[in-house]
Amino acid sequence: MGVPVDQILVQTVNGLVNGMILALVASGLTLIFGIMDVVNFAHGDLVMLGGFVGAVTIAATGNFWVALLVAALVVAVFGAALQISTLRPLLGRDPLTTILATFGVSLVLQKYALWQWGPSARNLPEPITGRFDLFYLQYPWYRVATALLAGAMIGGLWLFLKRGKYGIWIRATTQDRVMASAMGIPVPWVHTGVFAIGAAMAAASGVLFGPLGGVTQTMGADFTLRAFIVVVVGGMGNLGGSILAAIFISLLEAYASLVVSPAQAVIVSFVALILTLLFRPTGLFVPTPK
Amino acid sequence: MLSLTDVHTYYGKSHILHGVSLEVAAGEVVGLLGRNGVGKSTTLKSVMGLAPPTRGRVTFEGRDITGLAPHHLARLGVAWVPEDRRIFKLLSVMENLRTGLDRAGMDDARRARLLDKVYAAFPVLRDRRNQAGGTLSGGEQQMLAIARAMMLEPKIILLDEPTEGLMPRMVSQIRDIVDMLHREGVAILLVEQNVALTLTVSNRIYIMEKGVVRHQAAAADLRADQAVIHQYLGV
Amino acid sequence: MSGRPSQRGYWIGFGVVLGLLIVAPLVLPPFWQRFVTEILIWGLLAMSSDILIGYTGMVSFGHSAFFGLGMYGAAAALLSVAPPNLWLALLYGLVGAGLVAVFVAFFSTRLREIYFSITTLVFSQIFYVIIFTWTAVTGGENGLTFRQPGLGLPGLGARAFTPTTLHWFVLAVVTLSYLVLRRITQSPFGMVLQSIRENEPRTRAIGYAVERYKIVAVMLSGLFAGLAGVLYAIQNKFAAPDFVFFLVSGEVVIFNVMGGVGTLVGPIAGAAFFLLLREGLSRYFEYYLIPVGIIFTLMVIFLPQGFLGFLRRRLNQ
Repeated sequence: MGVPVDQILVQTVNGLVNGMILALVASGLTLIFGIMDVVNFAHGDLVMLGGFVGAVTIAATGNFWVALLVAALVVAVFGAALQISTLRPLLGRDPLTTILATFGVSLVLQKYALWQWGPSARNLPEPITGRFDLFYLQYPWYRVATALLAGAMIGGLWLFLKRGKYGIWIRATTQDRVMASAMGIPVPWVHTGVFAIGAAMAAASGVLFGPLGGVTQTMGADFTLRAFIVVVVGGMGNLGGSILAAIFISLLEAYASLVVSPAQAVIVSFVALILTLLFRPTGLFVPTPK
Repeated sequence: MLSLTDVHTYYGKSHILHGVSLEVAAGEVVGLLGRNGVGKSTTLKSVMGLAPPTRGRVTFEGRDITGLAPHHLARLGVAWVPEDRRIFKLLSVMENLRTGLDRAGMDDARRARLLDKVYAAFPVLRDRRNQAGGTLSGGEQQMLAIARAMMLEPKIILLDEPTEGLMPRMVSQIRDIVDMLHREGVAILLVEQNVALTLTVSNRIYIMEKGVVRHQAAAADLRADQAVIHQYLGV
Repeated sequence: MSGRPSQRGYWIGFGVVLGLLIVAPLVLPPFWQRFVTEILIWGLLAMSSDILIGYTGMVSFGHSAFFGLGMYGAAAALLSVAPPNLWLALLYGLVGAGLVAVFVAFFSTRLREIYFSITTLVFSQIFYVIIFTWTAVTGGENGLTFRQPGLGLPGLGARAFTPTTLHWFVLAVVTLSYLVLRRITQSPFGMVLQSIRENEPRTRAIGYAVERYKIVAVMLSGLFAGLAGVLYAIQNKFAAPDFVFFLVSGEVVIFNVMGGVGTLVGPIAGAAFFLLLREGLSRYFEYYLIPVGIIFTLMVIFLPQGFLGFLRRRLNQ
């Protein structure tokens, strides 16, 4: 082994942190796909939008946590409006039209962000400063906090889905939207609600990611691509699978960047995708293939 | 209470219902008989908004409900128990029931009473209330599907082939359940292949052929003279 | 289905457009001259994509990969052999695009719709990353520049292109491609492709080897897209990774949808419309893509057949 152990361990931590953020993004995407068969091409751009709204809010209020909340709420409302205007009319049509429609939305969002906020990246300030000793590095506490926070949000989502009336509505609609409707569940609104939740989670990821990598209008494409890969590898519609896949892929990329440049490390996730599609197309982390 | 007038329905390009007209009065049990493929299930789906009619009208308690979305119908008091039961397999029995139980205007007391009533009628569901719906046997799933519909406290239940795939012993259980619902004043539009059962539980019977209603009679009359049934069903 | 009059009408229309395009470089100022040539090239790319999207029903976001490899293949030929040889560039470019097409074709038979689309997108990105980072071979971010080859016929020696003759050359290639593709889409083969788009399981049930048809469709699509890449390289004398980024594929899909999928001509018109729009609007409003994107999305929802979709029957009869 040519690589020192402590580098590997540091990359493990990095992989976990990135994995949790990616999991937050991917869980929204897989939830949306699972319930309404929509592949949301614009999902990464919702992350970007959240990041910008967060940046603007921080500039106005100086408080990171307020910014996180505001970004999630604003983008949730925007997501709901988007779903109602562009996706509802497409329900029941060829699923490829939703890819095209969300692609159009993605384009508009990117250019809009460019117009409103310019081409340069915004760096969000870390809400928790301070570092601790992790082997040979001074590791920022914020990164750890991010992972924990993302995990908490995902955990919250999980609880929401497992208990409570609306959680049952969502799970029933995901399994059989026709029967759910016949039971009095207002399916069109459940769809809108889930989209809004997914959008809120994406926005939160954007704000959390802000201090780590900055917010630019092109970051959306990158997140969308990665989230897609995670969702396919984890099993489309499978929440637990996407979370595991997000961590798995992020760890792979983190380790890969020890030997190649980060720009090339991303090929690792592409390879994971292709292997999954070839050998286990329903998802690597799905317990029993359907 | 429920009436269909000259309903035409298509599945894609196939013209399935060619002008179906029938009625169900409040509290009545009406049977719908006919060979496979004549459009009996489609008739139920046309009422429920799952196969919206292209022509004709469906009214419920005086109100035009033609083509309304299913969730509106459920709230108006029309419940649907489909042919393949369509239990939410990954939800527990309790959660299946809750899809109907968690409605506006149901306070805790009402919910508890309704649940107790249904568990009394279907004790096996109480035993299995935390089990996933998909682990239940065929007969138990049918019980659950009916219990779930009862959660809506409906005025009419559209019951599609409840005895399909069930053992003979369960058929008599279905008969008892239909009788119980009838005693409670719930109207039932029953689609069935089991002629004997239908004759026993129904007040009136329609016979369908090729997408229209061909014959209508009181069940008592048909019980006495089954020639008409043999004619249409070749049974 | 197609009466004599509409056939004649079609060919008259075709002749008129062709005539205009032949005359164009002689009357237009240099900038617009180049512009029309570029429209033709992008039109070819859009047409190739239409084979998959419009006729076979497979939405591919990977056309940037075919285009890019055609471009870089041509670059390889033009840089490695002196004097630069046009036919070699064509050959290398088509081989490059063809290899990618084989790859994609393999996956196309094993993946349904959405997974196929996502995979083609990932492929574009893989190639983008490879090209972007393998600086030694591909010039990385900066791409490659080279000299334009002359039109050479064996035994006759090469004559350098002028913008006008280059335009005519491109026009000839694109027109020929259009006629070939049109012939193919109207043949029994093309009918089977459309049947696959309408209802794949039924087509398979009838007895067609759907996999083979899809493979051929992908190969065709890829080769013509690669051809467009070669033409682009020749016209502009450079190859850059930007063209391999998946958003380029996205733009191609926009041309298809706006022009009308499944019409062959529609995508060319879509490309022209889009590029003209970009030219025109970007002078006044830098972020012209915002209204264009909105129009595109609205079209997907309300006018999925595109501008020319409803003329489809008449145009391609």
